Amino acid sequence: MAMTDQEILDGLGEIVDEVAGVPADQVTPDKSFVDDLDIDSLSMVEIAVAAQDKFGVEIPDDELKNLKTVQDVVNYVHNAEVSA
Amino acid sequence: MRLAEGTPGARILAFGGYQPTRVVTNDELAQTVDTTDEWIQSRVGIAERRIAGPDETVADMAVAAGGKALAASGLGPADIDLVIVATCTPEAPIPNVAATVATRLGIVAPGAFDLNAACAGFCYALGTAADAVRAGTSRHTLVIGAEKLSQWVDWTDRSTCIIFADGAGAAVVGPVPAAEADAGPGIGPVVWGSDGAMADKIFIKDRDSFIFQEGQAVFRWATTALHPVARQACERAGVDPSELAAFVPHQANLRIIEAIARKLGAPQAIVATDIIHSGNTSSASIPLALSAMIERGELGSGSAVLLLGFGAGISYAAQVVTVP
Repeated sequence: MAMTDQEILDGLGEIVDEVAGVPADQVTPDKSFVDDLDIDSLSMVEIAVAAQDKFGVEIPDDELKNLKTVQDVVNYVHNAEVSA
Repeated sequence: MRLAEGTPGARILAFGGYQPTRVVTNDELAQTVDTTDEWIQSRVGIAERRIAGPDETVADMAVAAGGKALAASGLGPADIDLVIVATCTPEAPIPNVAATVATRLGIVAPGAFDLNAACAGFCYALGTAADAVRAGTSRHTLVIGAEKLSQWVDWTDRSTCIIFADGAGAAVVGPVPAAEADAGPGIGPVVWGSDGAMADKIFIKDRDSFIFQEGQAVFRWATTALHPVARQACERAGVDPSELAAFVPHQANLRIIEAIARKLGAPQAIVATDIIHSGNTSSASIPLALSAMIERGELGSGSAVLLLGFGAGISYAAQVVTVP
């Protein structure tokens, strides 16, 4: 069964906390990874890898540059789950 | 026809390292390319690196490191019958570096060859040396990783010039005496592999080109594919990761090192972080890091250390060794 956006957001919060040490409650939809959460391109790769383990959705390196905000990732995972 | 008389196992008798004297700091690089000390330290974990002089060759550095390892082993040049130099940055395709290095060290008529497995080169060479000693085709082998990456770096490219550096590290490999065979071999089975489908992730196109690296792809591969290789090397050697005194991966990027170490799960192991002051020296990085740890007295004789080399090819190799 597909996850709700809130479930994806909660899971993403756990990942960001684990990868970058940013508290999960700061990982809100409108936040920019680079500008608000101070997450760089290598941490984005780690987030993508962890997201694959957690959600079963592969996020290729080429897609990472398009995922600027937390909501972008939630949408990407959501859409990938729907099309899967 | 008959086989050579083998030995119960191979071990490392001594290490040696050499680094050029010139230190290049991040601040110095920031004067010529658009970067900062903070950016470099947070992305790759390097504070400074050593760069060879314009006339200093791969062979010069290999001789310095190999000579130190030989002196520390208590053996003489006449005891060495095989010299392997792991390098991907020789001055020229022929002659090889190994024969020149052997002659300059006074080693007469040894088997001598260069080996290119890029940043995995030292582990490949060590595995080859251990097998030669064990099979009885070499009594004592001098294994050297030596690189002058600075001559293949575009010093105007801020994504690569901050990473690569120069240096050499060496080990003398010899037989485990029959009387000590019960203690087990000093060099465990090598686990090695490659994937040519990822050849385009790290490469030098031709002799007029510089090192190119697809950073994110390499980072993703290194942080997901290598801890199982490291675990497999432990398993083959019969050493649990919890028994490791140290983990010495190729010094590619501090964040790769930390990610692999976390996934390996070796709580007691000191993790080598020589990259902070040495940069990425490809095949030299593992013996350089390990010899520095031994020199600082961080590792007792007989303790188990996991080595993991990985890089262009892509290629990788790992083995457990005991500290001499």
